[in-house]
Amino acid sequence: MSGPTPAGTWVGALFARELRLSVRVGGGALIGVLFFLAVITVIPFGVGPDLNLLARIGPAVLWIGALLATLLGLDRLFQADRDDGSLDLMLMAGRPLELVVLVKCLAHWAGTGLPLVIAAPVLAIFLNLEPLATGAVTLTLAVGTPALTLIGAIGAALTVSLRRGGLLLAVLVIPFSIPVLIFGVSAADAAITDPTPFLTPFLFLCALTLVASVVGPFAAAMALRFSSD
Amino acid sequence: MAIADLANPTRFMALSGRLLPWLGIACALAFAAGLYMTFFVAPDDYQQGATVKIMFLHVPAAWLAMMCYSVMAVSALGTLIWKHPLADVSARAAAPIGAAFTFLSLITGSLWGKPMWGTYWVWDARLTSVLVLFIMYLGLIALWRTVEDPIRAGKATAVLTLVGAINLPIIKFSVDWWNTLHQPASVVRLDGPAIHPTILWPLLVMALAFTLLFFTLHMMAMRNEVLRRRLRTLQLGAASARTATARPQAAE
Repeated sequence: MSGPTPAGTWVGALFARELRLSVRVGGGALIGVLFFLAVITVIPFGVGPDLNLLARIGPAVLWIGALLATLLGLDRLFQADRDDGSLDLMLMAGRPLELVVLVKCLAHWAGTGLPLVIAAPVLAIFLNLEPLATGAVTLTLAVGTPALTLIGAIGAALTVSLRRGGLLLAVLVIPFSIPVLIFGVSAADAAITDPTPFLTPFLFLCALTLVASVVGPFAAAMALRFSSD
Repeated sequence: MAIADLANPTRFMALSGRLLPWLGIACALAFAAGLYMTFFVAPDDYQQGATVKIMFLHVPAAWLAMMCYSVMAVSALGTLIWKHPLADVSARAAAPIGAAFTFLSLITGSLWGKPMWGTYWVWDARLTSVLVLFIMYLGLIALWRTVEDPIRAGKATAVLTLVGAINLPIIKFSVDWWNTLHQPASVVRLDGPAIHPTILWPLLVMALAFTLLFFTLHMMAMRNEVLRRRLRTLQLGAASARTATARPQAAE
């Protein structure tokens, strides 16, 4: 017990802690899915119940809904830990903070992003999507929403010391999420209408997620260090 | 700590105070020459008529919008790596100026687009990226204004500025991709054939004038920011002195 614990142990413990906190009472992770459902329900009232139109804009609507739901959940990423002081413990624990942020992001995604991906095929029925389109949207969401969480971690870290930073967080994060949205929607559209190959935008989307998994944790860790001292 | 930090800014204040009038004169001269050349040397376009003159405001404003972000990115490096007190001041002073130039290029582009494209706004790749840049400027300013402590605010915005500097090329690339996907070959190209010297020279002089205007405004804003921080330090000092004298009285 006195020696340094192997890296896998504390990473696993942190992941399990974060996931448990976000899913159980008070975590509010599943409210994101409810919000997603509410956004999708409102869209036909705005654009009309034409099923052909809904099928055409369906992938974009699902992506925008997922983006908004992710943005709304982001302030939970560090806020609760800062309030009860566990964020300070993490900062002082001597573990690489970048890795801590990455693990927290992955657990946050598993608690809030993954339910959105699972809900997407069900919501696609409301939007009259073909089975192929449903599969494409679900796949792009599964690959793309981690990037949204990782980019959002920067905004969450920057606004963690602010009392009501949620709105500012969304404003700061939205410009950076534009590339993810563009490649996600165009990959899903390419699978349906195929004038362009599906793989090209899809691989760009994968690349964006990988870039975000490097830039996000590093910038967020830097911002967290500055906010604490 | 605050007193030690002010040592270097004092030297800056003395230097910039001497430099500023000359910079202002150079800026005024460049604008006089540039505007003269714009209205009397540069010919009207055979298709667009006099509306082509908007270009001499629009293009330099767009250039400066991008240059201002690079100044901010370099300042952000200065804040994070060398913890230079003036780097923070420089980044903070540059943000509203950059937002103003971006807004100017959007407005002039929109006014130019009305006679050319028949509409004030098209979702052209360039316009869209400039709009995203504008939102980023406003977000940075908002972050600065939300965090109360100026040092902490400077560090937070420096992180965001650098993330933006990494992301801007990615955003530009993806918007180009999106635009070619949605509306191929409808973009009106500015650089058709080689630019004629009677147009190129006024444009370059105007670009120089805009750059001088940026440096003048930037230096003035930096001086204001230094003064504002001194004022804040003095107020905090006065407030703490007041509480220090007040406390014994309250105890008695």
